[in-house]
Amino acid sequence: MLFAILIGFLWACVLVFAGTQLKGRAAILNAIVPVGLFVYFASFIPEVLNNGPILKTYQWVSSMGVDLNFNLDGLSLIFVLMITGIGAMVFIYTSAYMKGSAHLDRFYGYLSMFMASMLGLVLSDNLITVFVFWELTSVVSFFLIGYNSRQEDSRKAALMSLGVTGLGGMLLLGGVILMGSVGGSYSIQELLNSGVVFSESSSYILILFFIIGAAFTKSAQFPFHFWLPLAMKAPTPVSTYLHSATMVKAGIYLLLRLSPLLGNDPSWNNTLMAFGGITMLYGAWHTLFRTDLKSILAYSTISALGILTFLIGIGSEEAFLAALIFILVHALYKATLFLVAGSIDKASGTRDILKLGGLAKYMIPVAIAGFLAAVSNAGMPPSFGFLGKDLIYEATLGTGTMAIFITAAAVITNVLLLYAGFVAGIKPFVGRLPEELVDDVRKLSPVIWLPPLILGVLCLVFGLFPFIGESLVRPAVEAVAGEPYDFHIKLWHGFNIILLLSGITIASGFVLYFLIRPSQKKVDLMEKADFIGPLSFTQLSSIGFERISLMWTRFFTSGYVRYYLIAVMIFVIGVVGYELFIGTHVYMDFATLKEVSFYEMGTILIMILGIGVAVFSPSRLTALAALGVLGYAICIIFVFYGAPDLAMTQFAIDTLTVILFVLVLYRLPKYLKLSDTRSRFRDGVIAISFGLLITLLILEVLGQPVNRELSAYYAENAYLLAKGKNVVNVILVDFRGIDTMVEITVLAISALGVYSLLKLQMQKSDIE
Amino acid sequence: MELLLAITIGILYASGIYMMLRRSLVKMIIGLILLGNGVNLLIFLLGRLTKGSTPIIPDGLDTFAEAYADPVPQALILTAIVISFGLQAFAIVLIKRVYKVVGTDDLDELSYNEDDETI
Repeated sequence: MLFAILIGFLWACVLVFAGTQLKGRAAILNAIVPVGLFVYFASFIPEVLNNGPILKTYQWVSSMGVDLNFNLDGLSLIFVLMITGIGAMVFIYTSAYMKGSAHLDRFYGYLSMFMASMLGLVLSDNLITVFVFWELTSVVSFFLIGYNSRQEDSRKAALMSLGVTGLGGMLLLGGVILMGSVGGSYSIQELLNSGVVFSESSSYILILFFIIGAAFTKSAQFPFHFWLPLAMKAPTPVSTYLHSATMVKAGIYLLLRLSPLLGNDPSWNNTLMAFGGITMLYGAWHTLFRTDLKSILAYSTISALGILTFLIGIGSEEAFLAALIFILVHALYKATLFLVAGSIDKASGTRDILKLGGLAKYMIPVAIAGFLAAVSNAGMPPSFGFLGKDLIYEATLGTGTMAIFITAAAVITNVLLLYAGFVAGIKPFVGRLPEELVDDVRKLSPVIWLPPLILGVLCLVFGLFPFIGESLVRPAVEAVAGEPYDFHIKLWHGFNIILLLSGITIASGFVLYFLIRPSQKKVDLMEKADFIGPLSFTQLSSIGFERISLMWTRFFTSGYVRYYLIAVMIFVIGVVGYELFIGTHVYMDFATLKEVSFYEMGTILIMILGIGVAVFSPSRLTALAALGVLGYAICIIFVFYGAPDLAMTQFAIDTLTVILFVLVLYRLPKYLKLSDTRSRFRDGVIAISFGLLITLLILEVLGQPVNRELSAYYAENAYLLAKGKNVVNVILVDFRGIDTMVEITVLAISALGVYSLLKLQMQKSDIE
Repeated sequence: MELLLAITIGILYASGIYMMLRRSLVKMIIGLILLGNGVNLLIFLLGRLTKGSTPIIPDGLDTFAEAYADPVPQALILTAIVISFGLQAFAIVLIKRVYKVVGTDDLDELSYNEDDETI
């Protein structure tokens, strides 16, 4: 099973090399992968239905509790079949739809990777691997939305969706880790079996916040819904696959999967119902104000996701059953509608519903597909959607005291969704074709119209034979509800309140469809109201964030190295100075001054004089000479205190430096005071405080005892081990010989640098 | 003497920092040299001063018989002096080259300003 899940990644790798071969008509061969996977996973159906989940374990990072455990239970099975089945249709469709676009191989690579990530996500039993695959879907989604990377809109939409879903990924990680620490395991099965009750844990609310936040961002729940309409910038196959059928359902999957663990608590149920309810109404309402086919479909997808969240929030067996059936219903009809929209776009060059009509005679198979999908979407018998809607009403009616309001909300949503489905699936094909389009409509190849037609027909087949859906969903309901649940789905329930509600929904939907015409005015109206929404809030805050970052950066990175130096100095002076100030006993024994001999005193005076001249001299030559004097004075200090080697080195080096300086001196510009008095004063204060700090530090350190262990070791062994009498030399060339070797290398590099800088001949043009 | 040296080192640090904050490249290098000297003396002083006795084992003996100057700071300083010479030599030649190419040793005129480019 590991191979089956990861084959998408392998296929993407193959495409890196073989991508150029799989272009043009051959691109359809890409569909082998999802078709093969679909057949492979379909072969598990009988086993899962009869014998329960199939668990495959692969060791990965066991020491951290992260293993590649794949659990194919009823819930996973539904998702897996959806991912591979709709994936197969999308792969086929893409080969014709995207024909001739650049980097088609990349596109297929992303799609394969997405499929693999999605499979991994729904099959993983380990929460950490769920997170990993979850993030992978976000990343691949980013690439797919931004596929037309030359368009600014695409890039922005891709970034926005990555931002929102990435935030969700972070929340998921937080939630997963918390769950792991509360439950003691990352394995969902183990958590279920251990009987740990999360709602009794003190971090329960935090876990809910993280997990629900993650699901809401991924599944575009209010107020995170705004990335989904933007993501419609992606090529239509992507919208079909990721943004209606599979990826956006990942959040729903997560909620379903964790329901047995986290659910059955008012805070879980009420949150999901509240946000799901708002989302379903909000999304459905917005479809009234759109004219772009994909935009309508995006909002109706948001609404459908809201319904799903809402149902999970209800949390009864009926609700889970309704949710699972509705997942299938929605995946089938929404994928069809998206593919239909893409076909219309491909044939006529526009997706604007105002400009479309009467296309049926040009593309009858697409029209059939659109009709079937719209009917299923409307929930009319005998389509699959009818079954789904009935179950939803059954679930909402069973909610007790609030049942009336909840059912009313569901009815209103369904009425609006019916309208959206009709506008997207039927309206473009009926009526008259606008004049300007007559000559433009192109013929579509079967590769384009076949996938939507197949999916559209399935909407009907699943409805006519309810046992298909029933048997598929049965183990899934068991997995989500935690216990076997007996149910029977049938088309005809007899006359009851549910049928009445269905009738009301369909009738009002029809009225709505014939009364309300989509128009540009409404779009404009909605755009005006857009400024008060989560989208504009996000955009504003991102702009604000950018500005603050810019100000912050400008303030700290002025571009002048000396200001960085000043910042460092002030910080050090502040911190170390404070420490010194609050607790030191500076060792300052003035009595020792009497022991200072006159020549020592003289040397010190010469040094201070040299420093003064070097700093304040208006002549460069004088300053350099003063530096030389200072160096020689330091030599003398070294001689006084038993360091002949140092004295010799200092003497040689100092002489060389001064000579080198003087050699290049005559080439240099005038020696000027460039800074103004104020900055000199400021630098002076900083410099003097720092010097004072160093002096105080020295005095402080001198008061502490010295550890001479190392020196004693070298002194003891210099002759005995290394046969050298000069201990300093022995240290350098023997005990620390390698260090000296590296030092010589540094010098050699520096010498090479000096040599090449001196020899470098520049062209006039380089100087300019 | 320790007190005097500590003050001198403080002065060396202060003057070094001050010169490094100048705009002229030459002054910056003078600052670097001053600072380097300050650091060397600092290490030397913290190894404690021992008057007169060098860390050289007298003839005829295998180890020291009497007090000796600490050899470890000396080895460190020796390395530091040599390395700082490498740095200074490179910097000095670099200044020369920079002046030849750009015609100034004012650091502010060397810094590339993005705003000037766009306007």
